[in-house]
Amino acid sequence: MTFHSILFERTEDSVKKETPEAPVFFADLNLDQIIDAVTARRQEYNLKPFFYTPLRDVDTIQYRHEVMQDLESSTLLSHIQSFAEKMIVMRRYLALVDKLDFNYHKKGWFLEAAEVYCEAINGLAHDLSLADLKSRGFLAFRAYVTDYANSHSFKSLTAETQKCKAELSTVQYCVIIKDSTVRVRKYEAETDYSVEVEKTFEKFKQGAVKDYRVQLYEGSGMNHVEAQILDFVARLYPGAFALLDLFCARHSGFVDETIRAFDREIQFYVAYLEYIANIKRKGLAFCYPQVGESREVFVSDGFDLALAGKLLYTSTPVICNDFALRDPERIIVVTGPNQGGKTTFARTFGQLHYLASIGCPVPGREARLFLYDQIFAHFEREENIKNLRGKLQDDLVRIHEILVHATPNSILIMNEIFSSTTLQDAFFLSRKIITRVMELDLLCVWVTFIDEMASLSEKTVSMVSTVVPENPAERTFKIVRKPADGLAYALSIAEKHRLTYEHIKERIKP
Amino acid sequence: MKVFLMYRDRDFDPKHKLPSNEQALTQDLELSTLFNAMALGDEFLFQVAKKAVLSGSNNDLDTIQYRQNILKDCLKNAAVVREIYRIPIESIANKQKHWMGIFSTYPASILTSSIQMLEMFVDLLKKLKRIADEHAEQFESEGFRRFFAMVKQELDDDYFVIVENHLRELRFQGGVLLSAELGKGNEGAHYVLRKPNHQDPNWMKRVLAKKSPVYSFTIHPRDDHGAGALGELRDRGINLVANAVAQSADHIDSFLNTLRTELAFYLGCLNLSEQLDQLGEPIAFPLPVASHERKHSITGLYDVCLALTMKQKVVGNDVNADGKDLVIITGANQGGKSTFLRSIGLAQLMMQCGMFVAAQTFSANVGKGLFTHYKREEDATMKSGKLDEELDRMSVIVDALTSDCIALFNESFAATNEREGSEIARQIVSALLEKRIKVFFVTHQYELAHGFQDKKMENSIFLRAERQTDGGRTFKLIEEEPLQTSFGVDLYQRIFGGNGA
Repeated sequence: MTFHSILFERTEDSVKKETPEAPVFFADLNLDQIIDAVTARRQEYNLKPFFYTPLRDVDTIQYRHEVMQDLESSTLLSHIQSFAEKMIVMRRYLALVDKLDFNYHKKGWFLEAAEVYCEAINGLAHDLSLADLKSRGFLAFRAYVTDYANSHSFKSLTAETQKCKAELSTVQYCVIIKDSTVRVRKYEAETDYSVEVEKTFEKFKQGAVKDYRVQLYEGSGMNHVEAQILDFVARLYPGAFALLDLFCARHSGFVDETIRAFDREIQFYVAYLEYIANIKRKGLAFCYPQVGESREVFVSDGFDLALAGKLLYTSTPVICNDFALRDPERIIVVTGPNQGGKTTFARTFGQLHYLASIGCPVPGREARLFLYDQIFAHFEREENIKNLRGKLQDDLVRIHEILVHATPNSILIMNEIFSSTTLQDAFFLSRKIITRVMELDLLCVWVTFIDEMASLSEKTVSMVSTVVPENPAERTFKIVRKPADGLAYALSIAEKHRLTYEHIKERIKP
Repeated sequence: MKVFLMYRDRDFDPKHKLPSNEQALTQDLELSTLFNAMALGDEFLFQVAKKAVLSGSNNDLDTIQYRQNILKDCLKNAAVVREIYRIPIESIANKQKHWMGIFSTYPASILTSSIQMLEMFVDLLKKLKRIADEHAEQFESEGFRRFFAMVKQELDDDYFVIVENHLRELRFQGGVLLSAELGKGNEGAHYVLRKPNHQDPNWMKRVLAKKSPVYSFTIHPRDDHGAGALGELRDRGINLVANAVAQSADHIDSFLNTLRTELAFYLGCLNLSEQLDQLGEPIAFPLPVASHERKHSITGLYDVCLALTMKQKVVGNDVNADGKDLVIITGANQGGKSTFLRSIGLAQLMMQCGMFVAAQTFSANVGKGLFTHYKREEDATMKSGKLDEELDRMSVIVDALTSDCIALFNESFAATNEREGSEIARQIVSALLEKRIKVFFVTHQYELAHGFQDKKMENSIFLRAERQTDGGRTFKLIEEEPLQTSFGVDLYQRIFGGNGA
């Protein structure tokens, strides 16, 4: 099997590999926060276009799961990371060569870049040869990189780099600065004067004193004085520098294109694994979901990854929730007290499906998720629109648009729509729309304050955000499957104050 | 080169953390009066006196002895000691006068200012050497004999020649010679300052005569950028040597500072002894015994702070409390109870830091810590609040106490009624004794004193502010059982006149 890409087993032209812009529902589902956080420390790889591109076929998702699972071995991960670090250094050196002015300075850095590249390739080929690989992606890549490392062109690159470095490392010269004149000659075994001075004053040592060594700028740079000195050094050691000239002429453009692509694409996995490793440390689980055409989706201990990321460095626990749909159930209707985690639950549903569709492990202990064609999210807009009629109209236009484009294979997340219209309007509109949704037979999470929505048909499932029974003001952020009953919340408050019907009857003595 | 005049084997650290009850000790024992007498207006002497006196509880018997001997030398050779003390003072004055110091962040100017400092230090070290040559024989203590021997050995004439040669060479009249290698990107690396192989002033000519070709170029006079680059290169080469020279200057500076600090303690003692001498008050070198022993064998112990404040001789006390863990002092108000307690505390601190004490003779066990718990006059708000505050302070003390510490109580736990206060105090004191804390307790609470009296413990002793039959006070304590009444009536009569009834 020939190696094409670590992200796709085959590279047909019809498959879209990268998407420059985030999907429209990203912000509503807080997926933008997740992907920003995942890619934050790897800006130079430009990874977002990969994360913005959901897959359409189960096999590619499986291909990525395999690669990701191989990478969960910390040994392999650290090998990939050390390869990546060398490639970063190499790129930095090559970028430097373009910016520099002086001949042997440029050539010096070019040699450094080649050396790091050889180390990166030889190291990676060696590490992979010892690694226990199972994924189709890594197995193919190992074959590729082994061939490449043994190729004649790469071998001669390595050998010539070493020879050149060795020659240059023998150069030792002296610079004598007096007033504005500089003399350059070979080193003649003169003794270290600093050591001698230090020795003379050693007897006064009184414990720790300030370090007066000035942190001189060690950046890669060369001014015309240093360049002039280097030119003289080249004259003192003509052999070494002739070798360098020859090397640069023979090896321009030494980076292999497939290697270059791998270096970027593998970071898709590394970035995601590194991000969720932090979250896992909080005791939260991730799993490789079954992804497919079954609409009987479920998760146990799923959670909102964006929220978990935000709470990472706090002591606030992240609440996990389950959901499960069995045919013919399609719509989860979420009701219950405000601030109880309803929106978070809806986002979790959307996030899980999206993350599954790009081939990543998802938050949760176990999951089966649906391979959708599109995700639509309709969240109440925060903006303060004075004209309620305008707002309602705006909402309906957007919902209409969604329903026009949605297919039975789409996923729809509806969050608290119509909350600022009259109950009668809201009830009426909601019923109308949910009927359309049921007709489409698509998967949907519907967050609403209208209890009646929860029991409209066999396609709807009722889930409720819950409170602590002893203290109804305290939320559990648990969303559980049970019949919607807005009164339950009011009743428990009444209970606490001994003001329920029973209580009051009892308390009022005849 | 180490000063070692405070400890046999280490420097005195004026930044060392003071005991956590430093403030209470200073307030309760009126230590500022003592420090001021030692300092005579010199802030530095004040600080050193304060640190030395308050950190004494860490000293072992050997260190106390070591300092006592040095102090005896100082008392005998006051003029020479003051002359040595002027050397570090002169260094400070020179630095201020000539704006000396190593402030730059460029190796070239770090080197220049360090050389300047070193030249100044060399002159002062020569002066120290001369004093050692002239006066070393007059000193007997181990500390001073070692110090002078070190000065003579380390600072011999040959050494000064070598140093002065270096200081000359470091001006690099013949140019700076650096070796280098090629680092990454063929950039010069590992710059090392080298000593020319030939000391001949014409070494450069000789080098030119050698086989290795020499290439040279000269920066155009108007090439500022080039001149800057050259300076940077030079800096790279002399970075290490500038550091070495600057650190050496710092080391000598810190040697002189240590000399100043450690002598400052003895200067303070000299100042104090001269003032007490003028008042005709005696001083005595105390005999300390180990902390696990119980000894307080005293004659003519007086409150040095009271004498300094009153500027006159004050009454001294004789006490023999050998083998006692508990000393309870009762008696007339203004009968000298507090003064005595303070003189006990002061003598303890002075003894443990190696000073003489204000007494005719004094021998006592050292304590692993000295703690004072005094009734505080301030915040006399509500009674319960005050007791609360007292117990709070006591709790802090208990956190810090270990066995063989010494605790001084002055009218403590009297902020409530006598029965309660006595019971609280009784429980506290009993626990402390069991934990082997040595306790001095001044109280007018008869319940408390009498309670311990009744126990007839062998390790307790009761002192009473003596009262003469005419009601006048001698401010002298005698060993006597506590009396039920205090002497408020007396005070009233004296202050208001007439019949107290």
